[in-house]
Amino acid sequence: MLTFRNVTKRFGTLAANDGISFDVEPGEVLALLGENGAGKTTLMNILFGHYQADEGVVEVDGRPLPGGSTDAAIKAGIDMVHQHFTLADNLTVLENITLGTESLWSLRQDKTGAKRKIAGLVETFGLAVDPDAPVRSLSVGERQRVEILKALYRDSRVLILDEPTAVLTPGETEQLFRTLKALTADGLAVIFISHKLHEILAISDRVAVLRAGKLVGIVETEAADRRRLAEMMVGREVERPALDRVAAGDAVLDVEGLILKSDDGRLLLDQVDLNVRAYEIVGIAGVAGNGQSALADVLSGLRPDFEGKVEHLGQSIRGVSPRHLVERGVGRIPEDRQASGVVGEMAVWENLASEDLRNPAISRAGFIDRKAALSRADRLIEAFDIRCKGASAETRLLSGGNMQKLILARALSPEPAFILANQPIRGLDEGAIAYVQSQLLEARERGAAILLMSEDLDELMAFTDRLAVIRDGRLSDLRPTAEWTIADLGLQMSAQRATGRVEAGLVGAGHAD
Amino acid sequence: MRIEPRETVSWLRVGLAPVFAVAAALFLCSALILWAGVSVPEAYVLLLKGAFGSAFALNETLTRSIPLIFTGLAAAVAFRAKFYNIGGEGQLYAGALAATFFGTGLLTLPPVLMIPFLMIAGALAGGALLIVPVLLKTRLNVDEVVTTLLLNFVVILLVGYLIEGPWKDPMALGWPQAASIIDEGVLPPLLAKGRLHLGLIIALAAAVLVFVMMRTTVKGFEIRAVGHNAKAAEFAGIPVGRTIIVTAMISGGLAGMAGVSEVAGLKGYLTLDLSPGFGYTGIAVAMLAQLHPLAVVPSAIFLSAMFVGADAMSRAVNIPTYLADVMVGISVLAMLVAAMLAQYRVRWRG
Repeated sequence: MLTFRNVTKRFGTLAANDGISFDVEPGEVLALLGENGAGKTTLMNILFGHYQADEGVVEVDGRPLPGGSTDAAIKAGIDMVHQHFTLADNLTVLENITLGTESLWSLRQDKTGAKRKIAGLVETFGLAVDPDAPVRSLSVGERQRVEILKALYRDSRVLILDEPTAVLTPGETEQLFRTLKALTADGLAVIFISHKLHEILAISDRVAVLRAGKLVGIVETEAADRRRLAEMMVGREVERPALDRVAAGDAVLDVEGLILKSDDGRLLLDQVDLNVRAYEIVGIAGVAGNGQSALADVLSGLRPDFEGKVEHLGQSIRGVSPRHLVERGVGRIPEDRQASGVVGEMAVWENLASEDLRNPAISRAGFIDRKAALSRADRLIEAFDIRCKGASAETRLLSGGNMQKLILARALSPEPAFILANQPIRGLDEGAIAYVQSQLLEARERGAAILLMSEDLDELMAFTDRLAVIRDGRLSDLRPTAEWTIADLGLQMSAQRATGRVEAGLVGAGHAD
Repeated sequence: MRIEPRETVSWLRVGLAPVFAVAAALFLCSALILWAGVSVPEAYVLLLKGAFGSAFALNETLTRSIPLIFTGLAAAVAFRAKFYNIGGEGQLYAGALAATFFGTGLLTLPPVLMIPFLMIAGALAGGALLIVPVLLKTRLNVDEVVTTLLLNFVVILLVGYLIEGPWKDPMALGWPQAASIIDEGVLPPLLAKGRLHLGLIIALAAAVLVFVMMRTTVKGFEIRAVGHNAKAAEFAGIPVGRTIIVTAMISGGLAGMAGVSEVAGLKGYLTLDLSPGFGYTGIAVAMLAQLHPLAVVPSAIFLSAMFVGADAMSRAVNIPTYLADVMVGISVLAMLVAAMLAQYRVRWRG
């Protein structure tokens, strides 16, 4: 029903999509797999009318789709659930779903008709959500369901899901997959964009693999396995580094009874106990927004207003500024590398120097020794394989992976005793992931204590010595990773959220009255 | 139509941006000149002659640019850190007040000491005026645009009170003005003829110093980092609040020096028409210079030439001097567009 014919899109000299042709059949889940920058998003933006292809056409039921028009795409029955939701927080679920489907000039609103239609969709596809609840009271999983309902309400026949599981718990992911099965059974076509191989293997019928703007091939999922897909995606064999067990040393980070409140008095961290020893990686699993950022802020020295004990090498970090934490041997990899990791408008060498500006190696009497800083930057660029046009290039021009390497170089090169790695592989491609992990492993081998926060359970299971789950600001017991199963983790991650959702539902009902 | 960032920003494009902006402004103002019934080439030749056409004109243009260099630097430094100091006018008068307080006989030092002393006193007064706004900003997140702007009126009213009341010069035949700066404190003229004074040298030195500070010192690095991305700067361990406070003090100090330079260099005594809005024009100077400290100098000279030239033009033909204000306004608008086009490209088709 949907055909890409020789679709090509160039940005300058770079071909983001190069002669891509394939079909999407009704009733199938087609996974679109590829590393960052492989062209997945560009292709979907062409389909959805954000971009216009330089060459080639997209055909729906044999008719070419006029390019560059989102309206035309929606009219042709194509809809997209973006990674970042596009819902109006202050409106109810019903209002969000019907938004844009009614004529601007119509004074009447057929609320009951709309409700009946939505109730039918909710029933058929297992998309439980209260139509009268305001969107701001919904959990992330529920918001995603609203986005899907929005598409179904417009009678879409092709649904594009861009990294839909990135924000979900394992339980919610399973529920989403059940919904997708019901949708395809009903004749919809689903395009599922992801770089998580096990999910693609679990849900898709066929996998289209993109690499460097070209379609590498389409395989039947039944005939594919993890290894083969990874190879197709990267173009060579990629081994993620593995952890060999070594005996942990003395505690480097010791946290007891840590409490942190937000400005409006909400409890962000509630009695967190945690210790990380030399020669070990401790993982913290959890759905985003359950206190990881708060914990990372405390350990990065950004929130000195905590209660409880936080000691690094036996010394409290209370009142220690981020600069002095770095001097004392704390390496920090921030959650959002663009927003808080680097200053995009400044040069690579400047970002490499920004954490130790007063280090005598690069500055004297308040003046920066440009030569020394540049030559140190050159060394780091070489050692950490940062691909850029040189130390003076603007940092914003670096790819995500290279930006992360820059941050690694800055954080790890002083050989800190404790490393805080907050979502270090989020949004990176396989090659960069392997690199980040090998660097962390190297640090562990020389005796660093590493705290790894991640939403990627595969990463945590494969890559940590001990593991705990954080939810609603509370940390579960810290147990050896071997004692955890993915199912246990999923349960721990979502248990508290289930009750949270009931509360949200009640609040929502209250608002609707 | 879509606006995309350019991958590489060529220096040529950045350098040419102000030239195009000025050309666009002159072109657009031609319409006004035609409307006034004067031939456009004639008007612009008169303007150019009035600004640069004689030793006297050049002297006057440079004299007029001195306060603009100071206030332009003040805005450039502050805006670099995204501290939007709109209070240059008030800080200028604060500097002038300090110069008047210390320089009208309270103490007498030899000129080598007296002039630097007055400059420093004025800078401190300009900076002091920013203490409250900057603390409100860093502690309580109060918008500095509002607080600095409103302080301008407070200071100007205070000046009005002082020169009408306690500081009024009894020898001034009833004019509202303060006593004259003593001879030791007066900035000596640079040339035998004309009003050009030592302030120009001090202003140029200030521009070079600010440039060196922004480019080579740790503090300059921190100011730029805070301005571009305060969150990343904070994460990297740069004290964001303290950096903004230091920036505000430097900015206020530079604007304060403009006041000292006008009182001790040009007028000789404090009046309420000391500044026809140099503090505000300084913002235009800084924008036109794209916040680059060295570019502030030609930018200030250019705007000063516009004002001086427009005066001459309006005397010669019947065009109101307000045209200069319109030109400066349009130049700044055109500059904002040109600066954006140097960084971004416009694609008319997806």
